[in-house]
Amino acid sequence: MENLLNIGIRSIFVDNMIFAYFLGMCSYLAVSKKISTAVGLGMAVTFVLFMTVPLNWLAYNYIIKEGALTWLNGLGVPKEFADFSKVDLEVLKFIIFIAVVAAFVQLTEMAVEKFSPALYTALGIFLPLIAVNCSILGAALFLPGKEFNFAESAVYGLGSGIGWFLAVVALAAIREKLSYSDVPKPLRGLGITFITVGLMAFAFLSFIGVKLPFGN
Amino acid sequence: MSTEAVVNEEVAAKPASEPLFSKKNRKLISNPLDGDNPITVQILGICSALAVTVKLVPTIMMCVSVLFVLIFSNLSISMLRKVIPSRIRIIVQLLIVASLVAIVDQVLQAYAYDVSKQLSVFVGLIITNCIIMGRLEAFALANKPWPSVLDAVGNGLGYSVILISVAFFRELLGSGSLFGFKVLGENYTGNGVMMSPVGACIVLGLLIWAQRARNGYREEA
Repeated sequence: MENLLNIGIRSIFVDNMIFAYFLGMCSYLAVSKKISTAVGLGMAVTFVLFMTVPLNWLAYNYIIKEGALTWLNGLGVPKEFADFSKVDLEVLKFIIFIAVVAAFVQLTEMAVEKFSPALYTALGIFLPLIAVNCSILGAALFLPGKEFNFAESAVYGLGSGIGWFLAVVALAAIREKLSYSDVPKPLRGLGITFITVGLMAFAFLSFIGVKLPFGN
Repeated sequence: MSTEAVVNEEVAAKPASEPLFSKKNRKLISNPLDGDNPITVQILGICSALAVTVKLVPTIMMCVSVLFVLIFSNLSISMLRKVIPSRIRIIVQLLIVASLVAIVDQVLQAYAYDVSKQLSVFVGLIITNCIIMGRLEAFALANKPWPSVLDAVGNGLGYSVILISVAFFRELLGSGSLFGFKVLGENYTGNGVMMSPVGACIVLGLLIWAQRARNGYREEA
């Protein structure tokens, strides 16, 4: 339990998707002009991360990893016919991860459209954008390097999503205020936004080295 | 006289075709380098521009990889454009790009293992690099293979120009070296901010400022 809280706090603040890894920057910059759209996309990203990171964890541990397919032998495929303990599908991990993400996003979009038109108008337009949001695939690609169990991967997905949500809402708030300031003309828009993101990342650097409250 | 006759004959024989490097085709390459740059104007592919630009060598490997994936994905989507059903086109595109990236990843691991370790997840993230999806959607789905290849080359080079400039300043100021050679003397103390993500944002912001001050591009904001 304490370990889960640690992973959550770490993924929200210390290893923030935006400020530590710059994942999902394109949509981050594109939708952070207004707080309302930023909240919408932030919620959609959080939801998709929370669902796809555990799904990809399952895919990695039961399909991709070396020896992960051993359960097929347990199901009755004879060892003489195919010894799955030596099968290593690492080379296919990009294709499998992105297929899981794209399929999940497409299904969610269809389900939301059918069952909740109100939610669809709020979130639906952002869902197609999310399949190509680097933070979703990035979180999946970080999984092999971190030896999580299933619950930890779910917390990691949720935490990364919340971190992304906070970052996008904070930037949108700053940009709304920024429109009243006298920025040099060529710097307006993208230029000043990058410098703002840099300064925000500076602030988030201070979380590195924070002693986590629970255990290690 | 004879050359004129030959030229006329050729024109008459193939009225619809245009030279491989006609003015229009040259524009496909030159526009993305500056005025329509994928990073600073179209705002695509930012993640890797910020994340991999600490040193020049990995940056250049990244640029080559993106260029390769961009050219071949643009080419294949352009050739398949009439047979892909539009409802599932995003998944088809992602799978083609993912296969190309898997090739790049295997080649890097085999021949440039150190660089591949430094780039870590960012090789895989070429799949979701918005430049690639953006060009597939905006160009390759509606154009013939040859212009699509040129468009890919142009955008890949435009991307590379910005990445290499950012990496130049970050490596120079961050560790006092270029391509790993100490150019600012042995006593130069590296600037930690330039090595961190913060430096990337600020260098890129200033670069955009300089570029827009020069070519007069204005953004409503």
